Parts: sequence; C-alpha cells; structure tokens
Amino acid sequence: MSQHAIEFENVRKSYGDTLALDGISFSVEPGTTTVLVGPSGCGKTTTMKLVNRLEDPTDGTVKFEGQDVQEVDKIDLRRSIGYVIQDIGLFDHMTVAENVATVPRLLDWDEERIDERVDELLELMDLPPAQYREDYPRELSGGQRQRVGVARALAADPDVMLMDEPFGALDPITRDNLQDEFLEIQEQINTTILFVTHDIDEALKMGDKIAIYDVGEVVQYDTPENILENPATEFVEDFIGQNRGLKKLQVLEVGHIMSTDGRIVGQSWADVRSTGSVPAEVATDESGTPAHVAADQSTETALSKLVESDGSKLPVVENGSVVGTVSVDQINDASSEPKEIVYE
Amino acid sequence: MSTLATLVADSADLTPVLQASGVQQYQTFLSRYAGELLVLVAEHIDIIAVSMLLAIPIGITLGVLITFNETAATVVLWLAGVAMTVPSIALFGLLIPVFGIGEPPVIVSLVVYSQLPLVRNTYVGLNGVDDAVTQAGRGLGMTQVERLRQIQVPMALPVIMTGLRNAVVIIIGVAAIGAFVGAGGLGDFIFQGIRERNVPMIVVTTVVLVLLTLAFDYLFAISEQLFRLRNGEQIDQARPTRALWKILS
Ligand SMILES: Nc1ncnc2c1ncn2[C@@H]1O[C@H](COP(=O)(O)OP(=O)(O)O)[C@@H](O)[C@H]1O
Ligand SMILES: [Mg+2]
Repeated sequence: MSQHAIEFENVRKSYGDTLALDGISFSVEPGTTTVLVGPSGCGKTTTMKLVNRLEDPTDGTVKFEGQDVQEVDKIDLRRSIGYVIQDIGLFDHMTVAENVATVPRLLDWDEERIDERVDELLELMDLPPAQYREDYPRELSGGQRQRVGVARALAADPDVMLMDEPFGALDPITRDNLQDEFLEIQEQINTTILFVTHDIDEALKMGDKIAIYDVGEVVQYDTPENILENPATEFVEDFIGQNRGLKKLQVLEVGHIMSTDGRIVGQSWADVRSTGSVPAEVATDESGTPAHVAADQSTETALSKLVESDGSKLPVVENGSVVGTVSVDQINDASSEPKEIVYE
Repeated sequence: MSTLATLVADSADLTPVLQASGVQQYQTFLSRYAGELLVLVAEHIDIIAVSMLLAIPIGITLGVLITFNETAATVVLWLAGVAMTVPSIALFGLLIPVFGIGEPPVIVSLVVYSQLPLVRNTYVGLNGVDDAVTQAGRGLGMTQVERLRQIQVPMALPVIMTGLRNAVVIIIGVAAIGAFVGAGGLGDFIFQGIRERNVPMIVVTTVVLVLLTLAFDYLFAISEQLFRLRNGEQIDQARPTRALWKILS
C-alpha cells in the first residue's frame, strides 16, 4: 500500500471573518520535499500549522501517515513532527546541546542516548560538538542559529519535518549556502519535508513538488520542471517572474536532455582523458583539460562550462564512465519557452 | 496614637542635644549597646526572611496566574498598587484586631507590601519572553506547564529577581516601623532613641538600617546578574559576580 505522508482533503480554515484557506487538497509523498510558495498572507503558514495541530481545520480533513490528525493527541503529534520557524525561537537560556535535546528530553530518552544524538546532529549540521555543545545561542551567527534550530527539529528523528521560511531572515549568501547544505543533509536523513517560502527561486531549488498558493487556494501543484514548462494560470506565470528559461536551466538536470550516442559514449572517462583521444569538439576548461558534468547537475552548470570553452559538446559522466553528451543547442531547445501559452 | 504625637512633638527639642553630642557619646553608646544592636539586626533579618518566604510563593503564583487572563492582571496589579499606598501604621492598625500585636500583623503587612514588585515583575517577565520562543516550544510539543517551567519562568527569572530586590528594599524600611506595634527589630532602638532623646542611638541604628538595606540590595543585584549570565546574556559584570560565576561554572 502506498501511503501518503500528509494529505489535505478539502481543507478550509477561517479565523473569525478571515478565510485563510478555501478548500485545499493535495498530498505529500514520503521522503520528498514539498514546497508551499506564494505571496504573504495567502495561507502557507496556516496550512503548515494544521499538520501539527497548532491550528485545527474549520472544515475538511488533514491526515498524517494515513490518520486524521484530529484523532491523534496534539502533544504526541507535535513531538513526532519536526518544526522549524523563521524566527527560530531558540531557547536563549539553554546551551546549544540543551536546545537540541528538547524533544528527546520531553520523550524521556536516557541521558546517554540524548548525548549521542545531540553529537550526531551537531556533526550533521557542521557544528563540531566539541566546539559548540556548550555555547549559548547568543554566541552564534544567524546561520549557525538556524542550523541549531534544524538540529532541534530533527532530534527525535521525525518522519516529517515542517519548515516555515527557515532561511527567510538570513542574508542571501548565508541563505544560499544553507540551502545547498540542507539539500545534502536531506539526502542523508530521508525525512518528508513540508517547506514554506515566499521566494519562487528557493521553491524551485528545494522542491521535489511545489504547491503555488494564491489567496487561500492552491493554484498549481506539480514538479518544478512542469510548473516552469506549463504555468497553470497567468498568476503562476507572473509569480515565476522573468527569466523563466534561465530558471528552467537551474532545475533541469543534464541527464534528462543529454544525447546518448556519439563516439566517446560508453567509454571510461579516465581513458578518454588519458589517451588523448579526445575529439576536437569536446569542451575543455581554462587549463585546456577536457571538462565534464555529472548527470544530476543542472543544465545551467553545463551551459556555463560550454560557454567558457571552445568545444561544442560536454561529456556527461556517471560512475566514472561517459553516459552521454550535451551541446548548447540541446540546452537551448530544452529551455526555450513554448511559443504560445493557452490558459484554460 | 497619642504616644506617637508626643514623640513627634518632643523631637522638636532635639537640636541642642545634637549640638552637645560628641564622638565620646557614640563610643559610650556602642560599648554599651553593641550586643543588643546585633540582636536587633538578627531580629530584623528574621522578620524580613519570614515575610519574603511567605511573599515569594504568593507573588510568583499570582504573577503566573494573571498571565492567563488580562482582566485579572489589571485588577490584581491595581489592587497591589493600592495596597502600597496604605500607610504602614494604618495597615498595622487594621491588622491588629485580627492578628494581635507583635510580629504577626507586621509580617502580614510586609507580605502585602512586597506583592506589587513581585507580582508585577513576574507578570512583566513572563510576558516579555519572545513570542517566537514560546511558539517554538508549542510546536515542539511542550505542554503549557512544560513551557512555563522550562522556558518562561527561567527566562523571566532575572526580571523576577529585580522584583524581589525591590520588595526587600521596601520592606526592610517598613519593618522598622513594625517595632511600634511590638514586632522588635532595629525599629526598637529608633523609637527608644526618640523617646530618650538618645541621638547616638538613633543615628547609629539608622546607619545600620541603611547599611543592611544596601547589603541586601547588592546581594540581590549580584544574584540577578548570575541569573542573567545563566541565561546566556552578555552583561557588564560586577566583580563579585565574575568571581562567583567562575566558581559556579
Ligand atoms: N491567528 C490568526 N488570527 C486571525 N487571522 C489570522 C491568524 N493567522 C493567520 N491569519 C490570517 O490568515 C491569512 C493567512 O495567513 P498565513 O497562513 O499566516 O499566511 P502566509 O503564511 O502565507 O503569509 C492571513 O490573511 C492572515 O492575516
Ligand atoms: Mg507565513
């Protein structure tokens, strides 16, 4: 049986006269990152709070691992779901280690297990425990504080983690680094993530699936590629903004568009490089050695490498062997916008 | 009450005595009364300690409870404010029919006077805790009691300590007047000094009273700083704070 991690079925939520959610329905698959994106005040935070019952729906059903959350004890539910907010809300009177240990303590883990878990998470977050365990949050930088916030949310190894604009208060460079790091961490932890942002670029970068919100409604729920390819409404197209082609390059992986025939395909990359049998059209980097990309790198990276070299074809390498090549033309084809968009 | 009136009237004649008094008088006073003075200091501290032991749990509980209801908060803080404006002599008088004379009415009064700083600072301290922090606590699955105990009260402790400090400073002074209704303490010598026109007795006792207040004030200031340090705050530390913090950590 394939079970959804989280399901929203016709969920409505009003606060007095304000209708925050006007019937939303979608489900989140286990192990994926689903991003809720939309302008401020459109109901993203509310959606998230319905999952761990910081709010209850006015109408409709929210299910967590197949069960209606209304049937689960609030406190138990919250302890089994990670939660990170933009303001982080670190406990300033507790050390980094005590902060991270919050939920395990609430769950009555024994001290030894808690200590091990704290060290493991600080390690994962690139905050060496020997150095940071006993620090107070005030002594940390914004980026480090947010890492502690994420570690605290992950402490009891939740199946699902809710992240409400977690990187929103950081400067662009820190934010970018943290996004990259988080993508790596995510591969190691296999947690289902529901991620809120108002920044479409962050959504495209982080999401396996993206739910685009207009006031109180989900107007499109799809993969980043499909959303860029076929924006469902004019609102979505406006929200994506300029440079849709370039954005597509950022989300599109080289493996999806490469051509798999050619003289060097199938050969070992080390051989191709060392024998000097590199065909003239293969791209080289600044020092003149042949360049390459990995199949899961973005077409943007590939394009950048092609533009910087004389060659017209860039080898795609996976597990040490050449699995295909990409050219500027192929990337161009993949990124060009459809000539005409017809809205229903 | 008529005694008090005579005392005040008599005190107008103190001026000549004051001029006549020399260093010698102070030496005589100290050699004769030093032991008794120490006993009175102990009595005074005892009254303060008992009052604070009663006042702290009441004040903090009230301060915590009124965070749940804004109307209750307004009413309780207003009442505590009004109670402070009642002159201590009047309050003793009102309480004597119920508690008799001696320590009990004075201790009850001191508990009443310490409520405003205690309740107010507990309330303000708890409300001053950053909303994001309590929200995070909720989201992580802390119950309301767990949030109070693990987050709000610890974070508010420095502010609560300030309230305690204010309360102690206020009631050390009020307790001196308690001698008038037989509670003992340093007030005994002040009243005796006025009655017997013994200026050295009044002056020395007053100085001791002021020093006692300053000592308590300082002690609480240091402990407040220790709590702030414990909470990870960065502050200008007094020298004793620095020393104690080193020993403690
Ligand atoms: N506790 C609340 N009380 C009243 N209105 C609220 C509350 N929380 C949110 N709202 C309203 O609900 C709408 C959606 O808010 P929210 O989910 O926070 O939006 P977003 O996170 O997308 O910015 C907004 O109009 C907001 O003003
Ligand atoms: Mg929000």
